[in-house]
Parts: sequence; structure tokens; C-alpha cells
Amino acid sequence: MSRSLLSITELGETGLRRMLDTSDHMAEVNRRPNPKVPALRGKTVCNVFFEDSTRTRLSFETAAKRLSADTMNFSVSQSSLNKGESLRDTVETIAAMGVDAFVIRHGSSGAPWQIGEWTSISVINAGDGWHAHPTQALLDMYTVRTALNRPISVDGGSFDGLRVAMVGDIKHSRVARSTTEAFKLLGANVTWVSPKTLLPPVHDESVVANLDEVIEDVDVLYLLRMQNERMSEALVPHLREYTARFGLTPERAARIGRHVLVMHPGPMNRGVEMAVDPGELPGSVINQQVTNGINVRMAVLFELLGSGSENSLTGNTES
Amino acid sequence: MNILITNGRLIDQAGERLASVRISDGIIIEIGDQLAPDADNSGAEHLIDAAGLVISPGFVDLHVHLREPGREEAETIETGSRGAALGGFTAVVAMPNTDPTQDSVGVVEFVRQQGKRAGLCDVYPSGSITMGRKGEQLTPFAELANAGVRLFTDDGNGVQDPQLMRRAYEYASDLGVTMAQHCEVESLTAGAVMHEGSCCSHLGLPGWPSLAEELMVHRDIELVRLTGASAHFLHLSTAGSVGLVRAAKADGLPVTAEATPHHISLTDELLASYSALYKVNPPLRTIEDVMAVREGLRDGTIDAIATDHAPHVSETKEMPLDQAPPGMLGLETAFGVALAHLDMPLADVVAAMSWKPAAIAGIADRHGRPIALGEPANLVVIDPGEAWEVVPAALASKSRNTPFIGVPLTGRVKHTILHGDITVRDGKAQK
Repeated sequence: MSRSLLSITELGETGLRRMLDTSDHMAEVNRRPNPKVPALRGKTVCNVFFEDSTRTRLSFETAAKRLSADTMNFSVSQSSLNKGESLRDTVETIAAMGVDAFVIRHGSSGAPWQIGEWTSISVINAGDGWHAHPTQALLDMYTVRTALNRPISVDGGSFDGLRVAMVGDIKHSRVARSTTEAFKLLGANVTWVSPKTLLPPVHDESVVANLDEVIEDVDVLYLLRMQNERMSEALVPHLREYTARFGLTPERAARIGRHVLVMHPGPMNRGVEMAVDPGELPGSVINQQVTNGINVRMAVLFELLGSGSENSLTGNTES
Repeated sequence: MNILITNGRLIDQAGERLASVRISDGIIIEIGDQLAPDADNSGAEHLIDAAGLVISPGFVDLHVHLREPGREEAETIETGSRGAALGGFTAVVAMPNTDPTQDSVGVVEFVRQQGKRAGLCDVYPSGSITMGRKGEQLTPFAELANAGVRLFTDDGNGVQDPQLMRRAYEYASDLGVTMAQHCEVESLTAGAVMHEGSCCSHLGLPGWPSLAEELMVHRDIELVRLTGASAHFLHLSTAGSVGLVRAAKADGLPVTAEATPHHISLTDELLASYSALYKVNPPLRTIEDVMAVREGLRDGTIDAIATDHAPHVSETKEMPLDQAPPGMLGLETAFGVALAHLDMPLADVVAAMSWKPAAIAGIADRHGRPIALGEPANLVVIDPGEAWEVVPAALASKSRNTPFIGVPLTGRVKHTILHGDITVRDGKAQK
């Protein structure tokens, strides 16, 4: 295993499969009455969030604590960075405090790569700009694998034949990039459902421009968050029109089969892309995505920082 | 100072020949096959053995950012001039995006005087097209022209308003000055950090479409056609732009163009490193664009190689790509990069770095002159075969933002002579 997790591309198919296997071990730990193991005792994980994301930070923090790592949180608003300290200065300062891993969330694509160049500390990308969100992709794969009970591991198995529709703002979405890549590495067919204004300028994915074209032919319906500010950039004329073309409305919900998994990376924009109560969708695995986020983030921390020995996962710790 | 350069291969407008050149008081006083050191006052004459080397008119850079006044922490006119001399340049055109802007006689005179004080290279300040480069009000072109300014540009930005630009061309056409356009339609490039294409899509970075450059190249070609003024296109970067300028020249329009060393050598794929060293404006483009720009230089569509030398202190480049400023160093590596990447006769490369840009800058009476009796001794002696690599600590620039560290370069400047004084000897600046 590399010392860092920057993207699904760099993790590769074998690494992805291994992370899913390790996530199974972590899920087992999390089912115990006392879900805490000594695996990372003495290690310090620093969550460095240059962009607010309470949910992702809490997920990483919980994962680290269940592995007995110490955690530090460093939140930096962009404005304080503009007071003259370079990104490099900021991370070198934190590194000098003695940490074993950085969990980096940054609004600028590529920031975790830059940080990886400047320090020798493990870097875990918790989302960079429009670019990548590898732990989201891992938790998505883990969620689909578990929900469909597919035997995918380092020894084989795949999502062959699985039809995935990824709906919404692909262009600005690190989730879309990473999760699409992970699905494809495992053999699924991914279709992007999006207007041209919300697609990357150049790509070779299959695209349809209206959710109705595919809604009856998918196994996984993955809705992306539609951000209000996209309207001011004239990328869509109006959110109402967006919902009409790309939202999961009650009419569309009635057309999808009961087997269809409905996913969302959160936070949901209710009434926009999610125009139904997700609790009433039989195939919604949105809450499982959140739960599995802890499993896969524990797996990532364990693989990058742990001794590699599964012994450290046995026996609870009271420390 | 008296100098004798012996047994060099002379390259200038007149062609190529082997000769020695004798210089006294800033003027070429003798050219011949077998000039011997002056026996009468031995020691008073500086000898340069140019056997195996090329002697050409000094290089002229149409496009440098010397950062003074305003950002002296990144570069000063003195350090930039030293870098220029090491790169073989005897004249540079200083871009106006200083603080304050070069939009008044006072600032322009300051820049010229600082250049003179450094004495390493002739510094010709450009003027901005609009006051403060804000794109709102024209600068006093005639006042600045009387102060010697020949090139006007808002470089760093293009003039967005077509009406204002039309007026600029119309007004300038009576004054013998040239408008130099940074071609970028800004509403198409808001927030952009790299070329719009498959790389930016994959890397999740906002794209700078070729169209944003080509729209303004097209607009300005048509304004030249309408007004009869001359235009120079700065740092062309796309295949489409090269095609537009080629067609305009075929129509006989008075347009010229330049390309940078980095746009003939580097592609957008380098941004996959997420290093801000590769962030530049206009951005690095695809290999197809690189090939088209090279072809434009080869067939003369693009007249000049100009560096767009843009120093930045390291902490500003140690920022996320969207926050880091665009630009890279160019002066000290230009010739080595050009020769390594252009499949052109050496004489054509020298032309694109010397007398052709001198003509565009309006300084062809002093720089880029033929090597002949009575001509000013602004010369460079180069070894076109020398392979070398950039040593960051050896750069004269105050900044270090070059992407060419560790990149093999071919062709090195050995000696530079400015007004008959040796400014660079054996690759070392003399002051």
C-alpha cells in the first residue's frame, strides 16, 4: 500500500478491492458492543479542512477514534490563508507538530497532491475541488456491494452488467469523477445524466440529457447535489426546470423498480434533485452510505497507518 | 572598451560567413578573415575566441515583466536585466503591468532610467493601452510616443470592449505606434487555471478554452482591416490563432505575432502534477497546438520568440492552482529552449529572437542590426551545440519559478556585448 490515498486512479483496482475487504473487517469491529480497537494507538491523525464539511470530518474523526488514533482538527477558512501564509507554510507548520496523517479537504483541485510533495506525511484526500473524493467512492462501492450482496474481493467478483446512472452536475463534482471511476474499475456500466452545461468539457462517458430516458433501465440511481450557485453562472436556467428534467420526482419514483438502489453523497437538496421523501423509497441506501463511510475510512486509515497485522483488530481497548 | 572577437560564424540578415569582429567605443570598426590582436596597445583590447561559436546581433525580447516598480520582491529592473544579458538579450520591452501602471511619462521614464542605471540591457518600456489597465479610458498615446514608447499593451489582460479597442487602433494609426494585444475574452476564462480539454476535465480544473484567445485574435484582425492600424499579437498559444494570423498576413494586413518558449515546448499534461510552476497565461496547450505554433514560427506566420518572463516569489507559487499567479521565468532559458524544440535553421531562430522583434519594437535602428562596419556593437556569441541544464541557484532572476529545471536544453549564450561593453563573458554576468 502507498502511504497516501489521493485518488481512485492512484489506488487502482487491486487497491480498491483490498480496501473493500478491509472494510468488511471494520464493519465487523463496528458491530461489536464496544466498537474500538487498539490498531492505531499512538498515531495522530490531523483533519485539515480548508472547506467546511462537518459530516466528512465527523466521519473521519469517528473512524480514527475507533482505531484508537489521536485526532486533531484544523479548520482554515480561505480568508485566513489570504493573510499571507502560503498553503505550504500552513501544512509544514502542522507537520512540525508531529502527525502521522493528514486528512485534507480543500476547495482547490490538486491541493492534496501539492501537500504530498511538500511533506513526508501520509495524505488522505477527503475531497479536493472538482477533482476527487476517493473515500466517497470507496463507501459507495462498499454500499452497493453490500446491498446487492456481490462477492467482490481481491480474489475476484465484479459489478459486470450493473447499470448505473449518475445524475446531475458532473462537471463540478469530485464525487462524480471518483465514483464513476470506481464503478468502472469494478465492471459496472455508468451513464451520465446531465445537460451539456454541467458536463466536463471533454470526456468519453456515455451521456443522456434527460432522466426519463434511462430511469426504467438502471440498477443504481445516483443523484448528485445541485448547488444553487450554478444558476448564477447560467449553467441551468432555473432549479424548477432542473428538477423537471433531472430530479427524482414522485412520478419518476413510481417508475423505478423496487430493486433499484437510490444513492446520494449528501447533503441532499430536498425538492431539487430529491423531490421525494427518500425514506419512502424502498431502494434508498443513503443512510447506509453514511454508516459505511465509517467502515471504509477506518479501512483506509488502517491500511495506510496500521502495522498491517489483523491482530491489532482483535481485542477491545479500554484506553 | 575595445574588443576583438575572433574566428566566429557570423549570422545576420546578410547571411552566414566566418569572420572576426573588432569593436571600439560601441561601434563595429573592422570585420575580416584574419584580424590579429592589436599589437600596439596589447592588454587594452579584450579578446574573445569565437572559434566554433556563432556571433549574431543581440537578442530582443518583446515581452518581459520586470516587476519594478511595485513588486520588487519578485524582480527588479537590475536583476531582470542581468537575466536578460545572460540570455543573450541586448534589449527588452518591459510590460506595463507595474504598480503604478506604465500609463504616464513619469513611470515610463523611471523604468527607462532604472534600465540605464543597471546598464546590462536596454530597457524599452511599453505603455498601457488604457489607464491603469482597467479597460476604460485610453492612455495619452502621443505623450508616451514622444517619450519614446512604441508598443502599447494592457498585457495581463486583453482590452475587452471592442468599441474602446477600435478607438485605440484608430487613434494610434496616426502616431506610428503599435497596439499589442493580450488575446483573452475574459468572460470565457473566469476562474480558469489551465487549457480547456481532456486534461482539465480529468483533473477537475476550470478550463481556459482556445476560443477565448481566438475570438479576440479574430476581432483585432478585423479591427486592423477596418482601421488600417498595425497590431501585434502577444504570446499566441493555439492552432486556431496561428491559422487566423496566417490568413490575415495572406490578406496583406499589418499584423505581427510572437510565441513564447514554453508554448513551443510544454503541454497541458504537465498540470497533472498540480504544480503551479506550470500555471501560465495563456495556458500550456495540447501537443497539436504546440506543433501548430512551431509551424507558425517556421513559416513566418509568427515573427518573434518572446519570453513573457514573469517572475513570482516562491510563496505565491506554493498555493493551490486557482490561487497561484500565472507566469514563469523565460529570459535565461529562451535560446536553449527554442533551439531544443524548433526544427528550423539556426539563422531563422536567431532572426525570430533578434532583428524581427527589433522591428516590431520599433528599435531596429539600434538593435538587431547587421554585423557591419559602423554598426552599434550589440552582439551575442552563442554555442549552438552546447547541451546544458538550468541550475536554480545560478539564475540571476530574483525568482525561481522556472519549469525547465532538469530539462535538457541545447544552445547556450557564452558572451553578450551591449553598446560595445561585455555584459556577459563565459556565461557570467560582468556586473
